[in-house]
Parts: sequence; structure tokens; C-alpha cells
Amino acid sequence: MLKEYLPILILLIFAFVFAFGILLLSHFVGPRKYSDVKGEPYESGIKPFMDARVRFSVKFYIIAVLFIIFDVEIVFLYPWVVVYKEIVSQGIFIFIEMIVFVVILLIGYFYLWKRGAFEWE
Amino acid sequence: MVPLNYYLILSGILFVIGVTGVLVRRNAIIIFMSIELMLNAVNLTFIAFSRYLNSIDGQIFVIMVMAVAAAEVVVGLALIIAVFRIKETVNVDEINILKW
Amino acid sequence: MDYSIPTINLSVIGPEIIILLTAVSVLIIGLFPNYRRWSISIVFIGIIFAFYDIYYLWNLNQVGFDGMVLADNFALLFDIIFLIGTLLTLLLSGNFINQYIRGTGEYLSLILFATLGMMLMASTNDLIVIFLGLETLSISLYILAAFRRSREDSLEAGLKYFLLGAFTTGFLLYGIALIYGSTGTTNIYSILNFLKDGSVEIGILFYIGMILIIVGFGFKAAFVPFHMWVPDVYEGSATPVTAFMSAGVKAASFAVFLRLFITGFSPIISQITGILAVLAILTMTVGNVIAIVQTNIKRMLAYSSIAHAGYILVALTALSRNIESEFSAASIMYYILVYTFMNIGAFGVVIYMEKSEEEVLKISDYAGLGFKKPFAAICMTLFMFSLAGIPPTAGFMGKLYIFSSAVESELYGLAVIGVLNAVIAVYYYLRVVIFMYMKEAVLDFSYLSARPVMALSLSISVGGIIYLGIFPQSLINLLTNIL
Repeated sequence: MLKEYLPILILLIFAFVFAFGILLLSHFVGPRKYSDVKGEPYESGIKPFMDARVRFSVKFYIIAVLFIIFDVEIVFLYPWVVVYKEIVSQGIFIFIEMIVFVVILLIGYFYLWKRGAFEWE
Repeated sequence: MVPLNYYLILSGILFVIGVTGVLVRRNAIIIFMSIELMLNAVNLTFIAFSRYLNSIDGQIFVIMVMAVAAAEVVVGLALIIAVFRIKETVNVDEINILKW
Repeated sequence: MDYSIPTINLSVIGPEIIILLTAVSVLIIGLFPNYRRWSISIVFIGIIFAFYDIYYLWNLNQVGFDGMVLADNFALLFDIIFLIGTLLTLLLSGNFINQYIRGTGEYLSLILFATLGMMLMASTNDLIVIFLGLETLSISLYILAAFRRSREDSLEAGLKYFLLGAFTTGFLLYGIALIYGSTGTTNIYSILNFLKDGSVEIGILFYIGMILIIVGFGFKAAFVPFHMWVPDVYEGSATPVTAFMSAGVKAASFAVFLRLFITGFSPIISQITGILAVLAILTMTVGNVIAIVQTNIKRMLAYSSIAHAGYILVALTALSRNIESEFSAASIMYYILVYTFMNIGAFGVVIYMEKSEEEVLKISDYAGLGFKKPFAAICMTLFMFSLAGIPPTAGFMGKLYIFSSAVESELYGLAVIGVLNAVIAVYYYLRVVIFMYMKEAVLDFSYLSARPVMALSLSISVGGIIYLGIFPQSLINLLTNIL
């Protein structure tokens, strides 16, 4: 049975030898020069112009908060979708129920919109 | 199949980590994250029991808990932002003007 | 798998639907400044309709949503208590609404959403719905506590309430999960059947779950090891919000306790009488002793509300000892109703005394009020008498019923400690009265103008405590037959 795994072993050995071989080769053969430009986070391209640890605007939090509210409500749609086909034949109730649910969400959306929560200024 | 006890022990450990986080940390956001960890530990318990008992109630409960937790996140983050705007800190030790 | 729609009976949640629609419509109307002044009338119309619907449902004992929601008289009685609390609070909030006129819609709808949560908690038979109701209530209250969002104390109250509240929600949920795991159901009647059945041994997980649920609701009702949030939150929140949550949250938590103890846990509840008795003694004593040293009237009322939770807990302990005792359950409900009147009334006078900018909250600020503003002072005196338990007010009858229910269940020691506590409490309640009538005024009360709406609310509360104090018998008869 172990015989079947032999190709995998060969592959593993080959991969290790090849990967470390290339690394060692470049380590011994390649020239090495250090400079300030090379030490920067983005070696080629834009020069960094400020600290990476900045505080960003609180507005992003509000977007995140709004996203969470509407995103998580989707969780109620999944079980509904799963049983929809079988239950809708017993009556339209299940459809109306979801309409009511979505309308309640829409009222919340309308409220946020009117209150100016989506305005970026 | 993994036995029920393993799930219960795992969720118990997660719950205790959450409780410890709430009691030990002083940053409001991290306290809040620990509370979320507690809720998710409970969710794991529910799912494990639901599978073990072959009853769907536990899964429905988890969906409800997730929705409620999202609402709590929203209110909590909004409160923390509002506090930060005025006090410039979210360290709960520094939020202490009310005492007897 | 076969799926079918459970029997749904929308009329069971009629009062809840009315409150929800009212809340949503005032939220939307609040967005349009031109129509904003109508919102308060809409709320009152909604509450009147809800009362009418409760009157219609009374004695019908309807069940809906596959047995998850009940409209039995017990639930409807608690609905009435919650709506009375909401109504009295709204009558007192006129000033607050004018101060935060842009937030009218939010304030009114959040109060109504909180009421909706309480009503759901009282009228359900399933732990899932109890949890949802509790969270509807709590999340609304977190926002209401921090409603004055430019003020540091209000935000601090909101944040503290939120962090501690969410923390205990975790414990409550874990308790529910363990009970679900050991019984295989979240329905309270099925839990009862499981316990009665006796073929399966009740495991340790069930007991842990039960204790965790008691901890979770004990936090909301302010039992003593879990009371740390109460004074801070009561002091930091706007006074109408404080009045609302002091009465409503407690009533809702005790509604759940009664429902769980009388049905779900009844076969084994006598095993935790000892724990409940210790909690009751701690709650009463700590609340009363710390209340004595308070100088801020809101903090004093906060500690007094902890003590009152302790008195109700005495009756709950008596009930757990003797679960068949309808009198214990009736005394709890009677006390909660009376407490709603007297506590919201007391906070009403505090609201009346507040200046808009610089708040007048020290007990010493009340000096001389009796001669300058006799009506407010008489109301405050009656509320203090009632809270202290002095006849002929309803507070006296309430305490009498509670302690006699403890005696009936042969908990003599608990009853004696309760009476001693009531005696301690007289000191700090009467101090307010002494300040009002026997000291020279330090403030001139010229900033206080007549406020007819507020006077109406205070008069209703006074009428409630006097009427219930003199004629308690008919209500007690009704309450004993309710279960």
C-alpha cells in the first residue's frame, strides 16, 4: 500500500532539493549591494511620505457599522430560501412574510438615508 | 464523528478566554471583542447540541444570536466612537467620572 | 424533509404589533420637522389602541406561533404594567423632548421598542423569544442611556451599561444553551415535561444552566453581586430614561422569573431556595445601607431600587419554597405594579426640580420645597412614604404582602431581615421629607413653572398608590386567580 505513495515522496524530495538548491545558488553566485532606496518598504515605485500607522477618518467606522447591520440580516434569507420551494405550494404566506421583513429593513434604510448617514461631506 | 464532549470543552475554553479578556483588558474595543468571543462560544455550543440532539432549534437560535450580536456591535461601536470623540480615549479606567 | 408552516395567530401579538407600528411611524415622522409635533399624539393613540387590544384579549387565553407566544392573563397583566410605565414616563418627558427636539423620533421610538421588548419577554413561552425580547429591550436602553451624547456622564453611563449588559448576555445565553443541551428543547412547557418525566436523570449541566439564567436576569433586575452598574447608569442617564428603566426592566425580569419558576423549573426550583434567600438578603441590605450615605437623589433612588429588587426577591424565594403558593406570586405582581407608580412618581418630582443646564440633584437642594411648591412636595412626600412602606400608601400593603408570603412559606428569618431592612430604609426616605419641610430653602425655586402634563403624570401616580393602598383586596383577588 505504501508503494502508492512513492511518487509523492519523490515529488517532495525533488521540490525541497530544487527550492533550496536555487536559494543556495543565488546566495553564493549573485552579487549583493545595499542602498537606502533598496531598504524602503516599496523598493521601486512611490516614495513613502508618511507613517503607516495613521488614524483614518471616523467616517469609515460609520460605513462599517452600516454594513454590519444590513449584511447580517441576510442570514435570515438563507433558511428561507432553502425551504421556499416546498412551502410556497402550501400558500403564499411565506412570501408575504419575507416581504414584511424586507420592508422593515427598507424602513431602516430610508431612515438612515433621510437622516444623512450616507453623506460623505 | 467527533464526540460531543470535544465541542463542549472547546466552547467552554473559548467562553472562559472571552470572560478573562473582559475582566483583564482595559481597552473598550478589546473588551467588546472578548464579549463577541463569548457569544460565539455559545453559538458553538448550540450547534454542537443541535447536531447531537438532531433538532433544528439550536441552529435557529444561532441565527438569532448572530443577528442580535450584529445589532449589539453596531450600538457598541457607535457608543465607543462617541466616547472617543469627547474623551480621546477608549481606556475604561479613564472613563470614570461617575462614582460614589 | 417535510416542511409545513406552523399555525400562526397574529392576534396573539396584537398589542406588540400596535406598539411596533407606532414606534416605526414616529421614527419616520421624526425625520420631517414640520410634522414632528404630531409624534407624541401618535404615541398616545398607539398606547390607547394597545390597551384596547389587551382589553379585547383578556380571558381569551390565545396561543400562537406553535405555542411560542401566549396571550394569557399573566402576560396581559404585565403588558398593562409596562404600558402604564411607558405612559407615565412619556408624560414626564416633555422637557427632555424639547431640549433634544431633533431626537424626538428616536427618543419616542426607542422607548416604544424597549416596551415592545418587555412585552415580548412577558408573553412568551420560549427561551428564544425571551432572549430576543431581552435584547430588544437592552439595546434600546443602551442607546437611551447615552442619549445626551454631548455629555460625558451620559456617554459613560451608556458605555458601562453596554459593556456589562453584553457581558451578562453571554452568561444568560450560555445558560440557555446548556438547558437546551440537557433537555433538547427551548420551550418552557417542554422543559417542564422533561423534568416531570423523570426517566432521564437531570444532569449537572441543567443546574449550571439554570444558575446562569438566574445570573443573567439578576443582572437586569439588579440583584446584589451584579448591581455595580445601577448607580452609575441611573445617575448618568437622563432622568426620564432613568425613571423608565428603573420600573420597566425590573418588571420585565421578574415577569420572566415568574414564568420560569412557575412553569419551566417548578419541579426542581425548591432546591435553589437557599441561593435565592442569600441573594435576597444581600440585595436588600447592600441597597439600603449604601443608600443611607448618598447625597445625590438619583443615586439614592438607584440604591433604593436595588433594595426594592431585594424585597421582591423575598417573595420570589417564598414562591420557590412553596411553588403552589398563588399568594406569593400575587404579592410579587402587586408589588411590581405599585413600584412602577411610586418609583416613576419619585423620579417625576426629580425631573420637575431639574434645571435645564445646571442640574438640581442634591438632596439638600430640596430644602424648603414644601413651602414654595406645595403640590410637588406633597407628591414627593407620598412617594417617599410609599417607598418606605408607611400606611396608608400602597408601598405598605406591598411590603405587608411580601413579608406575609415569606411567613406563609415558613421563611421566618428572611421575613425578619426584610422588616429590619424596611426600618433602615425609612431613615433615608424620610430625610428627603425632613429637608423639604423642616429646612430653610437654599435655592429660590422661581425657575420652576407650572407644568400641567407633568402634574397629570404625578397625579396618576399618587392616585395609584393611594387607591391601591386603601383598596388592595380586589386587585389581590384578581392576581391570585391569574395563574
